Amino acid sequence: MNGGPKEPLQSSLRVQELIYGLRIGEVMTSKVFAVSRNCTMRDVQTIMKKNSITGLPVVDHKRVVGIVSMNDLMNALEKGGMDDGVAKWMAGEVKTLAEDMPLSFAISAFNKFPYRRFPVVNKKNELVGIITFRNINLALIRELSRQLRAMEHQQENPPEPHSLVLGKVYQIHRYDFENGGKASSEIKQFLKMRGIPAKIVRRVAVASYELEINLVAHSIGGMLAFDINEERVKISAHDRGPGIPDVEQAMAEGFSTASEWIRAQGFGAGMGLPNVKRVADEFAIKSAVGMGTMVQAVIKLQPENTHED
Amino acid sequence: MKISDLKLIESLDCLQDEFEDADIAAGYTSDLLSDVMANAEEGAVLVTIQAHKNTVAVCSLAGVGAIVVCNRRPVPDDMLEAAAREGIAVFTTADNQFRTSAMLSQHLAGCPAR
Repeated sequence: MNGGPKEPLQSSLRVQELIYGLRIGEVMTSKVFAVSRNCTMRDVQTIMKKNSITGLPVVDHKRVVGIVSMNDLMNALEKGGMDDGVAKWMAGEVKTLAEDMPLSFAISAFNKFPYRRFPVVNKKNELVGIITFRNINLALIRELSRQLRAMEHQQENPPEPHSLVLGKVYQIHRYDFENGGKASSEIKQFLKMRGIPAKIVRRVAVASYELEINLVAHSIGGMLAFDINEERVKISAHDRGPGIPDVEQAMAEGFSTASEWIRAQGFGAGMGLPNVKRVADEFAIKSAVGMGTMVQAVIKLQPENTHED
Repeated sequence: MKISDLKLIESLDCLQDEFEDADIAAGYTSDLLSDVMANAEEGAVLVTIQAHKNTVAVCSLAGVGAIVVCNRRPVPDDMLEAAAREGIAVFTTADNQFRTSAMLSQHLAGCPAR
């Protein structure tokens, strides 16, 4: 390793990016205890005690209808309500997270809401797991050691100087139009110097630039990550908010929420996301208000595998 | 026609002449950077009123080698500095985008109006 001062920053960014990119479903506890509405608070106490847990979702036909915490249990105990049904003591308004959301959304949710755990649901809105900060810490430790192993491996087998393999993460700041485009330029240069056909380089540049400018213009700040190998370039843009209320609308050409100031910079024509989708071979977007947005675009580098621009 | 040939056109004034003198393959007229990014051809000259550093960034990514700023819109210094770094020529003109595009398209076709 040539130990430049930027080295640790890049690897810590990569770890962050990696854990943000994990799905909640990969990190949550999927062996989840739950009670039905007609259980009593005494049942809750037994289950919590037996399994040393501090919160229990209440379900009705697999749908989450409430959550009981240690606090609720103590209130019931104090007021002599241990034989009441859980419905009387549970918190009825429950914020749930979806299993296919990126982990970054869960981190935002923990920052935004006072809860210590979130029930996780699948597409059918059925309870499939529960996520606490402990799960996130464990994922972080796992990714850190994986990253360390990768670094050790790299130290033993340094990549060829002209290798196409690259993992790089850029931190992008809100309204920083000054530097908007720097990451995309670097990646474009990297691919150009390795003899990737101009047409493909351009598609990577379009996708990457639009995502970069989206982070600058619309997010509170985020990360733009590139994962490049012989086959493809994978670009991921993560941010922690504000989130897109209507993704379908945001994907429509011409729709834009850009302010006059952003428009004066030459942006905000409502072409960003549609442009990314058009040039990408694979495209995915996930967004939730108050939690963030994740966009992933894959562009294949082998000409025979790519679609015509 | 090469980018350096633009210097010979009377209505255009060159503001930034540290550029790679490539052939001009096409032209594109737009003030929306996403549109330029998506649709301008490699090796094109861009006709625009969007005189901003970001225009240079987009042109560099899209492979646009020259920018013509119309209506004598003021061109900020940091735009010219960025253009010099990227090797993109910058011109200014008093004409509007329509006239400039029509004029350039005649030049590109090899039959400029006299």
